[in-house]
Amino acid sequence: MDAFLHQVFAGLATGGIYASLALALVMIHNATRLVNFAQGEMAMFSTYLCWTMLQAGWPYWIAFVATVVLAFVLGIAIERIVIRPVERAPVLTAVVVFIGLLLILNSLAGWIYTYTIKSFPSPFPSKAPFGLTMVSAHELGAIGVTLVVLLLVYLFFRFTPLGLAMRAAAQNPDSSRLVGIRVGWMLALGWGLAAAIGATAGMMVAPIVFLDPNMMTGVILYAFAAALMGGIDSPGGAVAGGFIVGVLENLVGAYLIGTELKLTVALVLIVGVLVVKPAGLFGRVIVQRVRGRSRAWKPSPPPNSRRSRPPRSREACAAGRSAGRSWRSSCCSPPPPCPSW
Amino acid sequence: MAAPLLQVRGLHAGYGPTQVLHGLDFEIEEGSITALLGANGAGKTTTLRALCGMVRTGGEVRFAGQRIDGRATEDIVRLGVAHVPDGRGTFTDLTTEENLRLGAYARRERGGLEQDFERMYRLFPILAERRHQQAGTLSGGQQQMLAVARALMLRPRLLLLDEPSFGLAPLVVKEIFEVMKEINAAQKVTILLVEQNAAMALRLADRAHLIETGRLVRSGSGAELMNDDAVRRAYLGY
Repeated sequence: MDAFLHQVFAGLATGGIYASLALALVMIHNATRLVNFAQGEMAMFSTYLCWTMLQAGWPYWIAFVATVVLAFVLGIAIERIVIRPVERAPVLTAVVVFIGLLLILNSLAGWIYTYTIKSFPSPFPSKAPFGLTMVSAHELGAIGVTLVVLLLVYLFFRFTPLGLAMRAAAQNPDSSRLVGIRVGWMLALGWGLAAAIGATAGMMVAPIVFLDPNMMTGVILYAFAAALMGGIDSPGGAVAGGFIVGVLENLVGAYLIGTELKLTVALVLIVGVLVVKPAGLFGRVIVQRVRGRSRAWKPSPPPNSRRSRPPRSREACAAGRSAGRSWRSSCCSPPPPCPSW
Repeated sequence: MAAPLLQVRGLHAGYGPTQVLHGLDFEIEEGSITALLGANGAGKTTTLRALCGMVRTGGEVRFAGQRIDGRATEDIVRLGVAHVPDGRGTFTDLTTEENLRLGAYARRERGGLEQDFERMYRLFPILAERRHQQAGTLSGGQQQMLAVARALMLRPRLLLLDEPSFGLAPLVVKEIFEVMKEINAAQKVTILLVEQNAAMALRLADRAHLIETGRLVRSGSGAELMNDDAVRRAYLGY
């Protein structure tokens, strides 16, 4: 029984880390409809920054906070410099940019810090409190840190004007501009927040998986599985998915298939969710009315200027149509009186 | 006489290669109600979108003396131009109250938010009942009321309304027109109204413009256009 509980707690600890990363993925997905493949490498790089500060002799929690702030700033910078130019580009372009970002960050970390595996300290004592044996102090601490982060994110989005504006910008950019929200900056802030959340996940997982430029390759796969399982558009679902995947992975690894094959759990989950329930456990199934405007499905706009968008309003469609076919007949002669006038 | 609140000179606009507006000139006096009439595809919605910087435009637009053409939508809104867009622009996943809160997001005065909520709920009592309901689940008429209320939360100087009567029951339309009259009289909000319901719009408006294939073809007071034979034949149907 003790061994089982130990596996569950260990699963919750890593699950919290998956939950944080999955939440970061969902935030960016909700704002841009894209999955940030570089999320894990951004977290890894932030963890290296923290390691540098610790090497310089900074106290752990000061380095922790400084890393979160720095990750936030770097996240914004990445959005402004790398992502913004491809904001309106086709999906594949964005995907290639994400993969490029992943490779750059990975190689940069290898170049600066070498590929030697480093140990990363845990801020928590080596012994669990209250004489608990089935859970380590770091696991408890990681769960605690994760929960605090998730709570802060929830409070921010739920109760602050800026959080509300960010939610609005993510779901309806046009209307958001019409109430004066600077949508571009909201996206950048979203990237900053996602990077900051990822940084906490990186610092919490590093003592477990050790620090090296490839430390996140496995973790990000679990985070993908978690986000998909919860529903890629549901922040709450991503968090729940993270914990579920963490526990499941540990139990399956310990009792069914052995630790070597644990990573397949993530892949099986990803494929399984996509096949059986593509919207995820908590995601919304998008049922689209044929004429309705939906925020979920958008034709990718042409890559020209920010202002010229595909005609979406009724009138614009009408203008587009009449330019094609019935311009003369519908516009130059007085239209037949409509019965509803 | 004071300078007009809005001056439009040679306004061009289009989508990609399609030119929709071919040089509009008009002015809007502060405190007035102006109606913009026209057939489908004439360029009414595009005119409003052009004023708000939502489409690429040419020509000159001045709001309260300031050039606003070519500026970002959010900056124009921050000057006090509220737009009730075509299709209502509801934030469907947010609650009614959050929608209203967003309406006040960009306004200068931070205070008085609670009073404004109360004012909107007095204007549209149904919204008070639905304040914690997800806005996407409101009926079309309620969403239209919400769109008007959201725009008013900005405390705008100029309110652009794009077919507020579209698809609504006559009683709801009447209610919305009453509110327009009231906010124009009480709060001195200048209104530019795009409307298919020409008879109602002309009765409400101080001035009206008729737009055909991106050009203004008639301008005058509401009563003048109401009695104009061409307008009557084409848009009023008698």
